[in-house]
Amino acid sequence: MELGKTIGLTSGKATRVAFGEALRDLGAEDPSIVVVDADLNNSTRTDIFAKAHPDRFFNVGIAESNMVGVAAGLAASGKQAWCASFATFVVSNAYDQLRMSVAFPKWDVKVVGSHSGISIGEDGPSQMGIEDVSLACSLPEFVVVVPCDEYSCRAAVRAIHALKGPAYLRTGRPNAPVIYQDGAEWTLGKANQLRDGSDLTIITNGLMVAAALEAAAALEKDGASVRVLDVHTVKPLDVEAITKAARETGKVVVVEEHLAHGGLGSAVSMAIAANHPVPMRFVNLGDQFAESGSPAALLEKYGMNYQNVVRAARELL
Amino acid sequence: MATTAEAPSGALSIEALTDKARLIRKHIVDMTTEAGSGHPSSSFSCTEIVTALYFGGILRHDPQNPTWPERDRFIMSKGHAVPTLYAAMAETGYFPVDQLITLRKLGSPLEGHPNVRRLPGIEASTGSLGQGLSIGLGMALAAKLDNSPSRIWVVLGDGEIDEGQIWEAALAAPKYGTGNLIAIVDANTAQQTGYTKDVLPTEPKAEKWASFGWEVQDVDGHDFAALLPALQKAGEANNGKPQCIIARTLKGKGVSFVEKDYGYHGKPLTQEERLRALEELGWS
Repeated sequence: MELGKTIGLTSGKATRVAFGEALRDLGAEDPSIVVVDADLNNSTRTDIFAKAHPDRFFNVGIAESNMVGVAAGLAASGKQAWCASFATFVVSNAYDQLRMSVAFPKWDVKVVGSHSGISIGEDGPSQMGIEDVSLACSLPEFVVVVPCDEYSCRAAVRAIHALKGPAYLRTGRPNAPVIYQDGAEWTLGKANQLRDGSDLTIITNGLMVAAALEAAAALEKDGASVRVLDVHTVKPLDVEAITKAARETGKVVVVEEHLAHGGLGSAVSMAIAANHPVPMRFVNLGDQFAESGSPAALLEKYGMNYQNVVRAARELL
Repeated sequence: MATTAEAPSGALSIEALTDKARLIRKHIVDMTTEAGSGHPSSSFSCTEIVTALYFGGILRHDPQNPTWPERDRFIMSKGHAVPTLYAAMAETGYFPVDQLITLRKLGSPLEGHPNVRRLPGIEASTGSLGQGLSIGLGMALAAKLDNSPSRIWVVLGDGEIDEGQIWEAALAAPKYGTGNLIAIVDANTAQQTGYTKDVLPTEPKAEKWASFGWEVQDVDGHDFAALLPALQKAGEANNGKPQCIIARTLKGKGVSFVEKDYGYHGKPLTQEERLRALEELGWS
């Protein structure tokens, strides 16, 4: 993966691995944690939890609807139930179960979708979670989090563990560029300003944070001062930081590894439209499926590398 | 599995249960006619099942302490039949009987389908069919982890078992040896648009569940003399196999003109029909 190379970012663990390790560690602290998987444990990386806490791990087979329902029942009886699959399988396949058995009763179920976005690469569109953020945001009272690297993913796991109620955590397949150092401040629901600037703000999350930082560095060479906000929590949204950025920089580009509709771009647009309308541009997958290919080739072809972000920003500058 | 749960007290005789079922059916008629909507025929078919559980000394629960951790859980997976459950809950003291008439009205916790966030004693929010057995399996696994004597009773609709998720849960439960999970199929022969045998045949039901690894009993779901021992046996089996009771029932049971017509699905009785129904039920 080429992401972050132009600004010297180093490659860290995949967020799915960071998730598995964080959950294993939390499992040692909190005996109420249980995990249900639908036979993708060594892909979602709940296998890391399973190895440490086999009595509290349930592989229910390739049956996502039942997986979510079983997690719901465990939560109803006082457990904190985590369930995981590929983002598209757990969210799209089991959506009615997330709606009726988790969101509606507001039980303490944490839903983890791995293999999000098109950066999963060669396995192709059937495996790519490109609509999961939109669907998760449409579940009433769900918290929705999209961490960008291993440190922020560990922080996200701890933060949603501390909540009582449903949450969706989006993780990714490839190794992710390191954005945050250990000890960095990371608070659920609070956008992180990774770079200050006065001419334009790039709002992003997940793997696209690295592309946004690269774009900001490239634009700086042209003399533009660009702010970068990591809006890792899509719901509840940090409306204050977003409004402040719109007011102070006057232009906003939203970058995400997701379809155009219903994701970060939609959420940010509502906040900006309601509070401080400014010109905006959007970098995302649009309204289409991708295809098989290497992650870097796909991000380039489908318009989600840093050059695309630079192009979108220049339209506004 | 631990065995500290207290046996419920006040189990009724078969004669008294029969009277109680008559009362539950009266409540169902009164509630749904007053509401002007609802599913009385689906509620009638599971009346003896719910009556036996709540008044026959089967369900270990405490209406004064609905969050008692070691209680049995009851899930009405066919959520549209919730009037039967509301009536039983009112008669056992979860809320006043005179609240039943608020069914489906704005502000009432007695919503059209059960809502766990609105009414203590409701264990699962249902209404999108097919989801209750998975929730019950999760509860059964939690009880095993906690070494709790809690048992999970799930009533499934005859049409509901068309849903694939039912069979996902049916496959998974035997793997975990959840002998504390009891599925009761309210096999009432009909669903919204026709007889189950025509809409989607699910017979032979007993053989299906048995082949999935469940211990199955096939009984008359309106005859307390058959139903009570079946429920007792399933609740006490404790043999590491999930338990299934195929309760042979009739949609609309107890009111002749509803029994004859699956078209009554989701239709309340008119005031005139209500009076005829109550007369048939012996309330005039």
